[in-house]
Amino acid sequence: MTNPPYIHQPVSIRRVMLTVLVALIPGIVAYVYQVGAGILVNLSIATVVALVAEAGVLWLRAKPVWVALTDGSAVVAAWLVALTLPSIVPWWLTVTAILVAIVGVKHLYGGLGQNPFNPAMAAYCTMIVAYPALMSQWPAAGHTDFLPQLHLILGGSRDIDGVTGATALDALRTGLRNSQTVNNVLNNDIFGVVGGRGWEWIALAYLVGGLFLLARRTITWHQPVGFIAGLGLIATVSWLIQPERFASPLFHLASGGAMLASFFIVTDPVSGATTPWGKFIFAFCVGLLAWLIRVFGVYPEGVAFAVLLMNLFVPLIDMKTQPAVFGYRDRKRP
Amino acid sequence: MMANPLRARGGIKPAHHKTESSGQAIRRVPLPARLVVPLRQDSQGTARAIVAVGDKALKGQLIGVPEEARGTAVHAPTSGTVVGIGPYPVPHPSGLDALCVVIEPDGEERQIEHLRLDTARASRDELIAHLQHSGIVGLGGAVFPSHIKLGKGGVDTLVINGAECEPWITCDDRLMREQSGAVLSGARLLARLAGAQRVLIGIEDNKPQAIAAMREATREVVEREAESAVSVSVVSVPARYPAGDARQLIRALTGVEIPYGRRSDAFGIQCFNVGTAHAVHRALDHGEPLTSRIVTVTGNVERPGNYEVLLGTPANELLALCGVRPGTGHVLMGGPMMGFALPRPEVPVVKATNCLIATSQALFPPAEAEQPCIRCGNCARVCPTGLQPFELYWFSRARNLDRVADYHLFDCMECGCCAYVCPAHIPLVDYFRYAKDAIRGRDEERRAADRARARFEFRGFRIEREKAEKAARLAAKAAETRAAQAAAPDGQPDAQALIAAALSRAQAQNGAAAESPPLSPPPES
Repeated sequence: MTNPPYIHQPVSIRRVMLTVLVALIPGIVAYVYQVGAGILVNLSIATVVALVAEAGVLWLRAKPVWVALTDGSAVVAAWLVALTLPSIVPWWLTVTAILVAIVGVKHLYGGLGQNPFNPAMAAYCTMIVAYPALMSQWPAAGHTDFLPQLHLILGGSRDIDGVTGATALDALRTGLRNSQTVNNVLNNDIFGVVGGRGWEWIALAYLVGGLFLLARRTITWHQPVGFIAGLGLIATVSWLIQPERFASPLFHLASGGAMLASFFIVTDPVSGATTPWGKFIFAFCVGLLAWLIRVFGVYPEGVAFAVLLMNLFVPLIDMKTQPAVFGYRDRKRP
Repeated sequence: MMANPLRARGGIKPAHHKTESSGQAIRRVPLPARLVVPLRQDSQGTARAIVAVGDKALKGQLIGVPEEARGTAVHAPTSGTVVGIGPYPVPHPSGLDALCVVIEPDGEERQIEHLRLDTARASRDELIAHLQHSGIVGLGGAVFPSHIKLGKGGVDTLVINGAECEPWITCDDRLMREQSGAVLSGARLLARLAGAQRVLIGIEDNKPQAIAAMREATREVVEREAESAVSVSVVSVPARYPAGDARQLIRALTGVEIPYGRRSDAFGIQCFNVGTAHAVHRALDHGEPLTSRIVTVTGNVERPGNYEVLLGTPANELLALCGVRPGTGHVLMGGPMMGFALPRPEVPVVKATNCLIATSQALFPPAEAEQPCIRCGNCARVCPTGLQPFELYWFSRARNLDRVADYHLFDCMECGCCAYVCPAHIPLVDYFRYAKDAIRGRDEERRAADRARARFEFRGFRIEREKAEKAARLAAKAAETRAAQAAAPDGQPDAQALIAAALSRAQAQNGAAAESPPLSPPPES
């Protein structure tokens, strides 16, 4: 005989994960349209490897394989890893990144729900530290020919001329290092309306997917708003003070992984903060740190490191932001 | 009047399943072959049987008297013969038997002479005592004796709970529609006894007929008695489980939040169920003790509805009258959120039985297998108490009892909203019950250990004290001996002096024993 409650909402982890995957589709479509179908190859490799790795580790840990394999969490991690890597990295780099995410970050810490770090971001950081050259070769928007991309993915000679181009963040960084002003740098045809040409549309598509997640209540407003506020605030202040040295907040929000991060990365419930204010503070600090790393750090994109750093503070943030409990909200009453 | 604009936090909106049983008027059920009346009918204690096997009893006759001031009386639900007194299965999740009086009805329904109270003249104490003797307890399900709630007074607002937020249950809805005048009359009596100046009747907005009926009854009273000491308002509250939890309803109606560890009368508010108000009216205005109640029978049955059922009626007989459909599994008593599965089908209807639900695989699909928590926070979003259920779950699993208590585990009312929305299908409420038991058990062990330590320390203190007393006695004796020796000129003790000294010592000792101060243990560390 079971205990109450005897009724349950028809919800499941699988449904949550499926919703996230659906929300990623606009971004993927925009990606294919702007940058080429190479990303689909990487997504496929990542998905297959993630499922095999997940099944293998579950089997080694003597856990029920089927339930965990079909909960969709491995696929979500795989897609996020693939979307954060340059879509023309050789296949083995994607495989390594997935193994880091699934075996290293997820299962070595105890599997679903137990990992203190965001698997996709940890994989990204490992890869950029281990293979900085490969990780900085991004496909150029507009060069959507599939075969050269496939050639690169399958590990052909890295003849990358005409296929890759500097990302917006990279170009800005290099330009500023060479004592150019922001306006000078942005006066280049790799830039579009607000961010990298082509890439800004992908960012917009991620935003659309993110709004879908909000509408479905899969995520709450706290993290997206927190992240955008954190990144946007410091970018606005610095831009207002020194517009020739610092890019505009819109540029920062439309470039790199900002939109993907604000709706799909800092919203990861497992490795992120969980209280309403905690979620906001966590995401706000990630945005702040991401800007600091972008502007003053060694790497052009700082979101991944910012997320890992803030993951360390999650227990503290949660502990200090516990909401008041019913009946204890007004201390003046008897 | 609308509910307080304060937005309620949390809560869920499960499929209400009210229309199955709310459409038809309350029906009476035929007398069963026997009635099994538990002697424990309130949350406080078991009454003492004052009938013996073979005795005849009239309907409403006292068969059990409360053992103490907090208990309530138990009455024969119909006339008949007492055929057994002993342990029988009762509706309790533990499945344990409890002391019951078994009555075989004679079918004549002969009643006792009802005590006619002049409610206008009778004193407050008299009326409250009469409630205790009429067996009036909270009929919302908690069965807390009403006379205890009323005894304290100091209340300015009386909340009458007609929210009935659990799915499937409609007994209060039907009662308000059909007996609005009686409910209101009981509510006004309760207000008088509690000393309240205003009565707020809270009803969920998914029961428009009940709201209309109660408003109509209120209007009639206002027209009849232009200057009433008590103001009565019928307030519609948004339908949302658990809006009918007393503290949640009080907040919705008054804006006052009463912590789950505190009693509402400290805040000048007292809350009674509409069924209780009706029973109070029957007891005080008609002198009828509580021997029956309205029960919703619903779920996988042919004729769902509301029935006026004598207490002690076996649940399976009542269900059989409603036509149990094939494929019925266990039977729930109460709602699907906080009720429990009856341990055995033949347990009797008691004062807490507001609803019986026949379950089936289709209506109540079994919970899916538990998966790991992904900290999605849905549980925290729906928790009406504002707890973080997933944190409580992690700490409970880790047996980190101090932390789980720090995170307000004991403010959890076990409403089940968290478990309802959990995408990982974790039976969160089970974990919380386990943690509460573990903490209570640990605290009990600590108290036992403290007592043992106190005893042990006192023993050490006593041994030391006795040692010191013995040493003092020996020293005194030695001093006397030396004194006697010194007194004797030849260095030999004077036999007479020694005897006199011994005598005086013995006298002193006797006197000391007689007036020795009581042993005092060492101060508590």
